[in-house]
Amino acid sequence: MARSLIHAPATARKGEVVEIRTLIAHPMETGYRAGADGRTLPRDIIRRFACRYNGEVVFSADLYPAISANPYLAFSVVADASGTLTFTWEGDNGFAQTESATITVS
Amino acid sequence: MSRGARPDRTRRRLLAGAVAVGCGVVWRPALALSEVLSGTLRGYTGGAPTREGKVNFDIAPLVENGNTVPITVTVDSPMTAADHVQAIAVFNEKNPQREVIACKLTPRMGRASVSTRIRLATTQQLVAVARLSDGSHWTQTVDVVVTLAACIE
Repeated sequence: MARSLIHAPATARKGEVVEIRTLIAHPMETGYRAGADGRTLPRDIIRRFACRYNGEVVFSADLYPAISANPYLAFSVVADASGTLTFTWEGDNGFAQTESATITVS
Repeated sequence: MSRGARPDRTRRRLLAGAVAVGCGVVWRPALALSEVLSGTLRGYTGGAPTREGKVNFDIAPLVENGNTVPITVTVDSPMTAADHVQAIAVFNEKNPQREVIACKLTPRMGRASVSTRIRLATTQQLVAVARLSDGSHWTQTVDVVVTLAACIE
């Protein structure tokens, strides 16, 4: 389980646009770098990120080696109903991680 | 009268100067898209025409560390079901691979704005393209100078 950081508000007014910031620890090895022995290190990156709001995908992204290590993604969501925000990361070598945050909309 | 002619000449020169400055401020040349990026964009849009505008590609023009360059792509859009941004993609010119990120957006986002951090191997041109729900593609091209390149070898 890689360390991750989610910044999402716990409460919001209905219809408010809230900022979500996500960060996950991952080396994002590009596959173009050479290691100490001179051979190219194989690619090992997070390929997909998705944010689901009460089960429905609100935002998703395909990441490529050009994304920095420890990928940071910030986007916004309209707080229309109380529920769960689920964040999933999938990548090479079977990397898969899911984090959640609850949001209460008044 | 010879004395009266002087203020006329100065006024004329002042007006001419003001017009020149006014023209200079208004005229901003659009960045010419490099061939590499033109081809990549054509591939992404499937041949559909792209127009400059609506997209704000926020990235520092001079980058100290190419390993982590913060970028924010914002598109001017109401993000309603009828009129929203469906996708945002960023492409680069001189990294080993053209693609940087490809996002899918929905009206439930409220604002068409995505931020991330990217790697840049060298000084190059980048383009952000947004596909709107009406099928149109809008782009913005930026030139970035990179001081310390992201390690590619």
